[in-house]
Amino acid sequence: MTDIADIATPAPIAPSGQGARSFRLSTAGYLGLAIILAWAIVALLAPVLALPAPNASDLAALADPRPSANHWLGVDLSGRDILSRTIWGARTVLTVAPIAVAGATVVGAVLGLCAGYYRGVPDSVLSRVSDIILSFPVIILYMIILTKFGASAFNIVAVITVTKAPIIYRLVRAMTLELREREYVAAAQMRGESALYIMLVEILPNARGPIVVDVCLRLGYTTIAIGALGFLGIGLPPPTPDWGGMVRETYGMISIYPHMAIVPCIAISSLVVGFNLLAVGLRRRVQHG
Amino acid sequence: MAEPGPLLACERLTVDYGSEGGRQRAVDDLSFHIGRGEAFGLVGESGCGKSTVALAIMRHLGPNGIVANGAIRFEGTDLLGLGGEALRRVRGARIAMVYQDPLSSLNPVMTIGRQLMEVPLLHRTADRATARRLAVQALADVELPDPEALMSRYPHQLSGGQQQRCVIAMAMIAEPALLVLDEPTTGLDVTVEAAVLDLVDRLRRRRGTAVLFISHNLGAVGRLCDRVGVLYAGRLVEQGALAQVFRNPRHPYTRGLLNCVPSAGANRQGRPLTPIGGSLTEAARLAVGCAFADRCGHVVEGLCTSRPIALASVADEASHVARCVRSESLPTFAWRQASVPQPAARAATETILEARGLSKRYDLDGSSIAALGGIEVELERGRTLAIVGESGSGKSTFARILSGLTGADDGELSFHGQDIARLPIAKRSRDLRQRLQMIFQNPDSTLNPSHTVGYALRRAAGRLCGLRRQEADAEVSRLLKLVQLPTHYAQRMPDQLSGGQRQRISIARALAAAPEVVVADEPVSALDVSVQAAVANLLKDLQERQQLSLVFISHDIALVRYMADYVALFYRGRVVEFGPADAVFAPPYHPYTQMLLAAVPDPDPDSPRPRLALREPSAVQPGGTERGCPFTNRCPYRIEGKCDREKPPIVIPSAGHRIACHLSPENLPHDLVGAFGGAALS
Amino acid sequence: MARYAVRQLGYMALTLLVVSCAVFVLNEFAPGDVARKLLGAYATQEQVEHLTQQLGLDRPVLVRYLEYMGDVLRGNFGQSLTFKVPVAQILLERLSNTLLLAAIAFAVIVPLAVLFGVLAGMREGSVEDHSILIAANFLSSLPEFATGVFLVSIFTVWLGWLPGTSPLSTGGNWSIASQLVMPVLVMALYDMGYLIAMIRVSMIGVMRQPFIRTAILKGMKRRDVIVKHALRNALIAPFTAILLQINYLIAGVVVVETVFAYPGFGRLMLQAAMSKDIALVEAGALVAVLIAMTTQLVGDLGYMLLDPRIRIRK
Repeated sequence: MTDIADIATPAPIAPSGQGARSFRLSTAGYLGLAIILAWAIVALLAPVLALPAPNASDLAALADPRPSANHWLGVDLSGRDILSRTIWGARTVLTVAPIAVAGATVVGAVLGLCAGYYRGVPDSVLSRVSDIILSFPVIILYMIILTKFGASAFNIVAVITVTKAPIIYRLVRAMTLELREREYVAAAQMRGESALYIMLVEILPNARGPIVVDVCLRLGYTTIAIGALGFLGIGLPPPTPDWGGMVRETYGMISIYPHMAIVPCIAISSLVVGFNLLAVGLRRRVQHG
Repeated sequence: MAEPGPLLACERLTVDYGSEGGRQRAVDDLSFHIGRGEAFGLVGESGCGKSTVALAIMRHLGPNGIVANGAIRFEGTDLLGLGGEALRRVRGARIAMVYQDPLSSLNPVMTIGRQLMEVPLLHRTADRATARRLAVQALADVELPDPEALMSRYPHQLSGGQQQRCVIAMAMIAEPALLVLDEPTTGLDVTVEAAVLDLVDRLRRRRGTAVLFISHNLGAVGRLCDRVGVLYAGRLVEQGALAQVFRNPRHPYTRGLLNCVPSAGANRQGRPLTPIGGSLTEAARLAVGCAFADRCGHVVEGLCTSRPIALASVADEASHVARCVRSESLPTFAWRQASVPQPAARAATETILEARGLSKRYDLDGSSIAALGGIEVELERGRTLAIVGESGSGKSTFARILSGLTGADDGELSFHGQDIARLPIAKRSRDLRQRLQMIFQNPDSTLNPSHTVGYALRRAAGRLCGLRRQEADAEVSRLLKLVQLPTHYAQRMPDQLSGGQRQRISIARALAAAPEVVVADEPVSALDVSVQAAVANLLKDLQERQQLSLVFISHDIALVRYMADYVALFYRGRVVEFGPADAVFAPPYHPYTQMLLAAVPDPDPDSPRPRLALREPSAVQPGGTERGCPFTNRCPYRIEGKCDREKPPIVIPSAGHRIACHLSPENLPHDLVGAFGGAALS
Repeated sequence: MARYAVRQLGYMALTLLVVSCAVFVLNEFAPGDVARKLLGAYATQEQVEHLTQQLGLDRPVLVRYLEYMGDVLRGNFGQSLTFKVPVAQILLERLSNTLLLAAIAFAVIVPLAVLFGVLAGMREGSVEDHSILIAANFLSSLPEFATGVFLVSIFTVWLGWLPGTSPLSTGGNWSIASQLVMPVLVMALYDMGYLIAMIRVSMIGVMRQPFIRTAILKGMKRRDVIVKHALRNALIAPFTAILLQINYLIAGVVVVETVFAYPGFGRLMLQAAMSKDIALVEAGALVAVLIAMTTQLVGDLGYMLLDPRIRIRK
């Protein structure tokens, strides 16, 4: 599993003039956006779609759990409809992942701005801490914290925030360090602007592009992380439908009924592909102004 | 001369660049030729297509560049038809190129020696031992010290001038027939630039190498070339022998260019710089008639705009052609007068800013560097104090201390009696911030790309003057008018403006609070020549009208001569000369001042060209030597045992004029008296 | 540079201390757990407290920590509650299994990633570039368990070429080598995507540099330009990232190990965490951090050595 990509990739500083004046993405970007929106819509509409309840066992169907007219994607070992569980699983992921990433982004960005702008002691301390967290194998951290404190949506969000924030911190700090040397920052200082104003109004808007690209990437990796945690059995507690958990439960049957494990794998892969494609599309736009 | 005909003949070359937005014509129907051993200069500002020409010759236009028409014949063969192996044999061996930014043109992880040796290994099928010998010899030919040791150094260990010499060595090592130089001295200090140009001149005369010298710097071209061609909007507008074109320019654009370059011989009272109005538009590129018509002061509707204009010979001057239907009716071109002697000395005003013993050190990698050591200068109300220096002189550090972006370690900087040497900007009172503002160097980063022009100005007005929304808006309009920009520009974003326009906004922003002192740190260095003139004039004008006291920091000594009342010359953190501009420049006395003035390239073919021995600094070393005179190592007049040991005393030849030199006034060299006006010291 | 190395070693030691202390405190703060676990759920509170006292678990945390560190330095990591053997023993055994897998995977990943990354970055925007980029992005979008499921479905269930699990036993029909194939494949496919993207970006950056133009205009063949000029520059920045993959390959592959039931370090840690085998968890954390710090140190030093701009001051 993991967020090996959490070792920050070098991000280009956005060229000047990145207003949202023309919103054009490349094909890849649109494709990614389409995938994500499709999942989002499906997840949103889950309660009103005519699906069997995700936790309802249809024991009769266990005779032949393969896809059939009643259950388009078949049922799992407990007779629960896979299509339904997949769709409800999307809800879970699309709730937890964005919240976690939002938390990480806010924490990382704020600390990164401060470290990059003030430099000196706060910078050294924060950077050291971030290095430690980053170098620590994330999965180990997950395991230790989650088994101590138990798995719940809140705990997962908290752990992901803590482990993802350093990446955003590094990114924002690097950009702040570069942007603070720009002359318009000096001009603002000469007007007597406060540090808060300079960080939020002068520097941050110009760091928008790479941050947005990174958020997309984080969403993808967080989705993988949540899936992996579920797969290992330390994710959200059952019976919440969770793609990773679904694979875990059905992996043992793979030689007989592979569809049970394959469907959630395809689901999670497609969502992450969507995030990554969107990131590629956005990155191209950021780089080419 | 075995081969008949020119070495390089560019015939009707037309190059387009294709992009998502369509095709853009970069070079249109260009024809010129270079004979064997001849130096040809191609001159123009940004966007004229001169770099495209160089890249077309080297067949390196990139995927977007398309040669729509024409041929480039080199020794008889059309380069545009070559491919693969044949092209590789020409590149580096028969035609070699020298580029603009030498540091990034060299591989940072490969030693100088290896990079040089690659050329003979590739082209002369030499073995390693021979290649090495040739490389060392090439380094010696470009007058670099200790070539053997240099072979195993890396590019980042050398100074800019040394790096460029290495690139030149690499180009010359295979003894090419043609050397193409694309803005080779942009970004180098003026003394280094002069030395490099002289080197190229010596080399090409010795080896009989032809040179294609591409530059926007008319003076540099004038120093090196035999013939010159002027490009505008991708078209050749004038061509001929250098002396002819510069003495008797027959195209309005050429005249305009020559008129807006400040000359080291002309001071404030001389004729003002005349910028070229307007700017190069895309429509102009596509114009049927003259591309310069929309900016030309001599344009005649219909005559100039209705049909294509061909190059026509100029009367009585063989091989001098100009693309202008009115060229014969243009008035005689007169170079600006040299200095007009100052009328009665302007009444001295009060001194409002005074630096005494200002010092600052930087700690870099464990060693301490003195960026400034004991600076003493004064600024009077309503006058311009120019600070001149090359890289490492400490002038930017001085600007930063003045503006409060950094603090001095020692000494005093008193502004109306208040010592601000160690007063950071955050601690300055609003009143002080109002009175002392700054204009920055780089038009690309002086404005926040995410804010509109109006926001930037409103914010300045609001913060510095405490104006509220309504008043601030009115203020924005007033400021835009002040810098001669239309008021609707307030809605624009910086990337919709040109460099010159951005710099004007930067000036407007600084003036929002009606300051007393404006610190301008290289305000025009990054702009095109014609735009420089416009912005410089604006500053001068504003200064007169608003009674500003201006601290004008620049490395461009000719521009300084044009702008300044008082001049302070910085070298390695010390002031080597200070005084009224005329006293300092006409004639120049301090050996460094002399060297700077002699190094400034002047396009006027009739101006005397003193050629002093110009020695470059041996390595990059910011900050001065602790003992003795900072200029010792490069000074042609130095006294062994004295100049390198004892700090030079301050000599005062006339009121307000200070020179830091061991030589007494009578003994100061007078080589340049007459070259720059003025009379000898008595 | 030696000064830098010494300073970094100091930081490393400090970090190890801090992390091990944090892990220790986190786990052992509630001493009752250990005794209760030993005695079972039905023991009375009195019995639990008595055992706690006997084991010396009621002493202050920091004292116990120092004692623990003393033991560690003598090589004694304690006893594993789950496996009933000394921690050092089981840890070493599992670690060496993982190291085997990691070594093979590393040997596969790095050359391929460099190859594809360079090929893609060489000509930005070309067909090769786009296809490699899409493939790399796609690969790094698949979670390891998904790749595992897909591969097992194809190669075990459908084709029957490879075993579905890799318990490293010689008892069954499958050779050890065949048991290693799919785990390595999954690790490689996941990790390569990321590395290829990184190297590609670096290569593109280098190819845009003016000194590449200089080399071309000297008359060099394009292939020579890439190999002699571009390559070394392009690999400097990703060097550290490449080394950090070792970190992931050893400590981060618990999912792969779980999919294939491979007796490795990650799975060991998971089991230890879930069964609250404290000694094992602490030891594992120490090892993980040690590996992380070492790879980072080697990466940093290597980077400094590779780039003469850092190695040699003016």
